[in-house]
Amino acid sequence: MRAPLSLLKSERPGADRVVPPTGFTARLTLLTAAAMAFLAVFALALSLATGRLADRWADSLARSATIRISAPPDQMEAQVAAVLAVLKTTPGVASDRVLGNDEMKDLLKPWFGPDLPVDALPLPKLIAVTETNTGIDSEGLRLRLQAEAPGAVFDDHTRWRRPLVAAAERLRLLGLMSLVLIFGAMAGMITLAAQAALAANGQVIATLRLVGARDTFIARAFVRRFTLRGLAGAGLGVLLGMAAMAALPSANEAGGFLTGLGFSGWGWFWPLIIPPVAAIVAYGATRFAAARMLRRIR
Amino acid sequence: MIKLQHVAMSYGGKELLSDMSLSLAPGSFHFLTGPSGAGKTTFLKLCYAELLPSTGQLTLFGKDALGMTRDDIAGIRQRIGVVHQDCQFLEHLSVEENVALPMTVSRRPVNAGELHELLGWVGLKHRREALPAQLSGGERQRAALARAIIMSPDVILADEPTGNLDWEMSLRLLSLLTELNRMGKTVVIATHDLNLIRQAKAQVSARVLRIANRRLQHAGADL
Ligand SMILES: Nc1ncnc2c1ncn2[C@@H]1O[C@H](COP(=O)(O)OP(=O)(O)O)[C@@H](O)[C@H]1O
Ligand SMILES: [Mg+2]
Repeated sequence: MRAPLSLLKSERPGADRVVPPTGFTARLTLLTAAAMAFLAVFALALSLATGRLADRWADSLARSATIRISAPPDQMEAQVAAVLAVLKTTPGVASDRVLGNDEMKDLLKPWFGPDLPVDALPLPKLIAVTETNTGIDSEGLRLRLQAEAPGAVFDDHTRWRRPLVAAAERLRLLGLMSLVLIFGAMAGMITLAAQAALAANGQVIATLRLVGARDTFIARAFVRRFTLRGLAGAGLGVLLGMAAMAALPSANEAGGFLTGLGFSGWGWFWPLIIPPVAAIVAYGATRFAAARMLRRIR
Repeated sequence: MIKLQHVAMSYGGKELLSDMSLSLAPGSFHFLTGPSGAGKTTFLKLCYAELLPSTGQLTLFGKDALGMTRDDIAGIRQRIGVVHQDCQFLEHLSVEENVALPMTVSRRPVNAGELHELLGWVGLKHRREALPAQLSGGERQRAALARAIIMSPDVILADEPTGNLDWEMSLRLLSLLTELNRMGKTVVIATHDLNLIRQAKAQVSARVLRIANRRLQHAGADL
């Protein structure tokens, strides 16, 4: 970290001028860094958002469960009472509540329309259960329900929660992998640009060596250039990326996943690490290219 | 300062220099002569570690050339001023900046007054802002000499420094080099210009080395 930072200090004017302007490759580096940083902002946003999503799903779904009771009408009351009695003595239950007919109607409305005669249908009864942090011993509860109320089925949502959380976590991983790939591609392109600049200046480097320049002096003239271009380009890309993120529709309840993609709160500070990382990548890539080139000139 | 012991040098299996032994004493003045293609440039390249001997031992400032790191080589070149046969300037820098280049690359401050004095001494004060491409052959040679001595090196190696010059300019350059020798610098001039050597012998006690048939001969008064 110290070496890249010391590059930012301004050098005596002559030291930087010994290498002629590397116009095209320098602009290529600026552009590459800007484009990659722009993409990195989105990859970062994706991994942050999916991380939040996975946490939220894992958390809120883990604490809620349902017990469904299907029984002939004459046994329904008794079984509901039996289930509630079991729940009272089950550790880990924070609260339980039998869903009323109106709530059932609301749940079914999307499927059967508003005029459903709920009372006339042999619908199962639903009991919503909220767990405490310690959680319920699902298997124990299932066994007890089987004995006390044969029509009751305990559903702790693991069946459909797991794939959702897994999908969100997979997305986060993809986001992080994209970040790695983006910086890898940036390193590759800057290495190529630096190599082109070094090769184009083979005669200059040979002359510098002849008059007694050390490798570090020569490498530094190139490394400084490409590091600063990488930093500036990435800064530009991050600014554009963050502007684009800010221009996304704001997150709200209805939007759900898609609008949740933006940054929130402290998350806005995360993209700011992209330019320094890009500068370090450019530094390493140019050092590598310079070391390889210099080995060929005595 | 520069010492060769049974040094041989070959390019791709073909031996160009054989069994050369020589010790350059401080303050000495040598001419290196021989026909074109004899290996004068190659000999000088050995002396500033641009090339390494194929066999034998080469010692530069007390250090074995074969064991030198790249930074050692850079250090050696800061102590040896070289006027290269083809000069080799940085074409995007002015004459003044080119002359100051050895100072720049070794991170030494350049004293503007001393730089101007040096440019005046080689007669290039009025050309100091020109680009190398705008210089005549003689001006390039003098700029190269100025660059070779700006670090006040102990040794000055000049490879055909009068190659592109008319006689008058050659004498001028020669007198610069003999003056440097009087100041205590060790000087080696590669040239095949025998008139120049005769002229120099009138000014300083110069020795003549001759490369012939791959060997180094210490030539006598046969000039
Ligand atoms: N890098 C090289 N590779 C192969 N042969 C070379 C190389 N440099 C010089 N030579 C050959 O070595 C011989 C001597 O070259 P040089 O030292 O320049 O002689 P001089 O300076 O006395 O004219 C020439 O025949 C030249 O072709
Ligand atoms: Mg030659």
